[in-house]
Amino acid sequence: MQRLVPMHEETLKEKSLMPCISPDGKPTSTGAKMLQAIKEGAQTPEEVAQKTGLPLYRARSGLRELKEAQYLQEEAGKYQLTEKAQKTP
Amino acid sequence: MVLKGAAKSFLTIFGFFIVFSAFFLTKYINKGIRIEISAYTFWRKNMSVEAEKKEAGLPVLGQMAPDFEAVTTHGKLRLSDFRGSWVVLFSHPADFTPVCTTEFIAFAQLYDEFKKRNAELLGLSVDSVSSHIAWIRNIEEKMGVKIPFPIIADLNKEVAAKYGMIHPEQSKTETVRCVFIIDPEGKIRAMLYYPLTTGRNMREILRLLDALQVTDKYKVATPANWQPGDPVVVPPPTTIEEAEERLKQGYECKDWYLCMKKL
Repeated sequence: MQRLVPMHEETLKEKSLMPCISPDGKPTSTGAKMLQAIKEGAQTPEEVAQKTGLPLYRARSGLRELKEAQYLQEEAGKYQLTEKAQKTP
Repeated sequence: MVLKGAAKSFLTIFGFFIVFSAFFLTKYINKGIRIEISAYTFWRKNMSVEAEKKEAGLPVLGQMAPDFEAVTTHGKLRLSDFRGSWVVLFSHPADFTPVCTTEFIAFAQLYDEFKKRNAELLGLSVDSVSSHIAWIRNIEEKMGVKIPFPIIADLNKEVAAKYGMIHPEQSKTETVRCVFIIDPEGKIRAMLYYPLTTGRNMREILRLLDALQVTDKYKVATPANWQPGDPVVVPPPTTIEEAEERLKQGYECKDWYLCMKKL
């Protein structure tokens, strides 16, 4: 039974941890979609999921990831864009 | 004089007897104490092992599903990210294996049905995320089926341990075929454990989900072989008074404790 275990497992694992942020630190298309949904004002994960059509679990994990990458800040369960996000095209 | 000699001999023999007895008793008392201590230590050790096993062993129905954060094909996810939806968390032994592949295809074919029921599918095996990605790309390329749900790459078996997915008599390294149905509040509502050799019936998993949702909505139970639309079981009376009233309440009853109704 063949099991694929790539040589640079840890590197690949790190990359796979962030589907909303590409390896160069910029938002992926999914990440950009979420940021776009928040442009008009602070949104909850439920609102982002509804606007983007993403499943709620993706919205929650993606927003958390964008927050870790400092594109978003969170207050009282709502996410809004940071200066970094506003400067990103 | 003779008596004196005899007394002396007797005392000598008696003395030896006392000494020997003391030695013998001491030896065995000590051994007895050691045995008792050993037995106690063994019991304590096994109690600790049992207690450990209980903690990391099989989850139980009605308990909160153990939370986790895991690497998946959809990024790093927490179980709590799924709060508000039903979750069908299921494990398979290994990627690129025949029975598992048929199961994934079967799940993918029912994906929309699960979504209609506000349920998310979440797969797991101890393979790496690269293996998962390669496998689902292979399934799409060779079999024309897209796998839309995330798959956990539980390389360090952390999630598998929390959910009792490793059954050493089946495999020391791979998970057996488990299914956990978790409700929107995060409680485990049903569990299935299937052997490595036997693919699961996804229609049955869907039926099980339907039954749980009907139970929650209408506060009823479902009988054997129940399908959506079939009569459901009215919860049995819990007092003499209720039992006496039951047969007059217009249900289809075989007896006071077995009554059905149409929803």
